[in-house]
Amino acid sequence: MSIIVYVSTKGGDVLKSSLEAVSYAAQTAETSNQEVVAISVGKVNSMDELGKYGANRLIQVQSSSISSFQPNLIAKAIHEIVKMEGSNLCILSHDLNGKAIAPILSVEMNAGMVTGAVGLPDNSDGFMVRKGVFSGKAFANIKILSENKIVTVMPNSIEKKEFKNTTNVEDVDIELGTPRITVIDQKIASTDVPLPEAEKVVSAGRGLKGPENWQMVEDLAKELGAATACSRPVADMDWRPHHEHVGQTGVAIRPNLYIAIGISGAIQHLAGVNQSKVIVVINTDKEAPFFKSADYGIVGDAFEVVPKLVEAVKRLNA
Amino acid sequence: MKILVCISKVPDTTAKIAFKDNNTSYDTNGVQFIINPYDEWYALVRALEIKESQGGSVTVINVGGAENDPTIRKALAIGADDAVRVNTLASDALNTAQNIADYAKKEGFDMVFCGKETIDYNGSQVGGMIAALMDMPYISYASKMNIVESKATIERDIQGGKEVLEVEVPFVLSAAKGMAEARIPNMRGIMAARTKPLNVIEPSNTDYMTEIVGYELPPAKGECRFVDAENPEELIELLRNEAKII
Ligand SMILES: Cc1cc2nc3c(=O)[nH]c(=O)nc-3n(C[C@H](O)[C@H](O)[C@H](O)COP(=O)(O)OP(=O)(O)OC[C@H]3O[C@@H](n4cnc5c(N)ncnc54)[C@H](O)[C@@H]3O)c2cc1C
Ligand SMILES: Nc1ncnc2c1ncn2[C@@H]1O[C@H](COP(=O)(O)O)[C@@H](O)[C@H]1O
Repeated sequence: MSIIVYVSTKGGDVLKSSLEAVSYAAQTAETSNQEVVAISVGKVNSMDELGKYGANRLIQVQSSSISSFQPNLIAKAIHEIVKMEGSNLCILSHDLNGKAIAPILSVEMNAGMVTGAVGLPDNSDGFMVRKGVFSGKAFANIKILSENKIVTVMPNSIEKKEFKNTTNVEDVDIELGTPRITVIDQKIASTDVPLPEAEKVVSAGRGLKGPENWQMVEDLAKELGAATACSRPVADMDWRPHHEHVGQTGVAIRPNLYIAIGISGAIQHLAGVNQSKVIVVINTDKEAPFFKSADYGIVGDAFEVVPKLVEAVKRLNA
Repeated sequence: MKILVCISKVPDTTAKIAFKDNNTSYDTNGVQFIINPYDEWYALVRALEIKESQGGSVTVINVGGAENDPTIRKALAIGADDAVRVNTLASDALNTAQNIADYAKKEGFDMVFCGKETIDYNGSQVGGMIAALMDMPYISYASKMNIVESKATIERDIQGGKEVLEVEVPFVLSAAKGMAEARIPNMRGIMAARTKPLNVIEPSNTDYMTEIVGYELPPAKGECRFVDAENPEELIELLRNEAKII
């Protein structure tokens, strides 16, 4: 039997979130003695990485009809492979690709699904997976009762274990029909790490007073190799782009390091960030609620503290 | 345009999260419930704007028990024409989606709007499932949408950016921030909502593919370690040598 894992690529490279899904599949396969079969739509360059994280085989689906992101067709392609392999477990990342594809696949496969898993399946009594609920304020253990199963893996939540597999590649042609969605324009942020996958995030709020003051935040992020984020009012006032808004109604993230500058720590903000491994809070108000969720804190003026931090990291990097 | 908007009921964003019955169920004691923000602020309001400018109707649908009725009435107060509640427990996404899809197929809608995810179970599942069950294209995480005759132009969030696409009705979308601005119901809306139809139907599907076994709260955070503002360099030192993350 095999476990199927869908991998997304950008310019032929497998996304980090997809490699985590591969590792999740491989660690699940290890305990049940199964093979890990990765599926991509189009060519993959980074075969070594797929092997390193545990893929035994890669099936590259070639289909002339998928030249843009077509979740309905990709789900169909995955389902074809699932049938060919006789598999009953499919893993995807809970990134924006997985979120679009997995629900469709679940109908195709008639599979029960857990999205946003933060732990490996527990097979001691059925098939149980842990996921975050209530926007990071709690966890739920959910059992999948059906024969066919789908799990999507929360980015940045699984330890990637290293395997030393060599991945065999096969090309498969699948006729998927015509796409019903016509993509007419695409804006991909070129260099930045996408926020949901970033391991470090520097975030700022209304305490920064205005958009003109964000240079120091960007400098700190750049020196740390971090992505930038913001609180909701900051995005609402158009000081920062909407995709940077984190929290209950924005993006939920779980980086290793979250630095919050001039953010009060409202419950809706915390809901999107409180699963970060280490939280640093910089705020003038020592009563700011955020300090209760912080690992490290500085009570001080961002305009004085942050430039000094930038210099300190620069020295470290030098 | 005949539009169906799927609304779910969730705890207020400030609600305290606690569990009872040996951590097997959510303790609703003292909890205020609201319409899931994505469903209300973005999906419902955009649907109403389309109706107001181009005519048509907006129906809201919820899968859940009678305790959801006050929340459903709020959607009517904001401006939906009528409401349907499928009278069953919504604990499994595929079951919920099947019940909505069965109703929608029977009634025939041009568009079905969902929110991008519920803020309690954070599934991001139901919209895509409805689309697949109805064999319609699914546009997830839509942040803008316009429609002229039968062709919609939609901006959606994709991995690492955004893209703009065109699609013909019928289709299903899930709404993210940017689609519309939240509306507050006015007195007239609230009065009108009392007499608008809220039809209760029995579930067409009773299969559950998943089961919630129990809940856990995250471990409590330790004390915050404060660094002197006069000497912020120490923070960098701690992040490197103590936390070992930079
Ligand atoms: C339904 C709902 C959903 C919501 N969803 C979200 C969400 O997803 N994400 C989100 O972020 N919010 C959300 N909110 C809003 C949330 O309740 C807060 O209003 C918001 O997070 C506050 O943003 P802030 O911390 O940037 O601003 P403020 O609360 O104004 O805090 C600014 C902070 O900056 C500090 N400060 C001021 N000057 C300085 C200085 N010079 N140096 C350092 N610190 C300084 C102040 O002490 C203060 O603590 C939601 C609200 C509702 C009702
Ligand atoms: N019980 C429900 N009744 C009606 N619509 C729902 C229900 N649950 C989820 N939805 C819709 O599906 C979207 C995604 O939900 P979920 O997959 O649970 O994150 C929500 O934003 C709603 O639009």
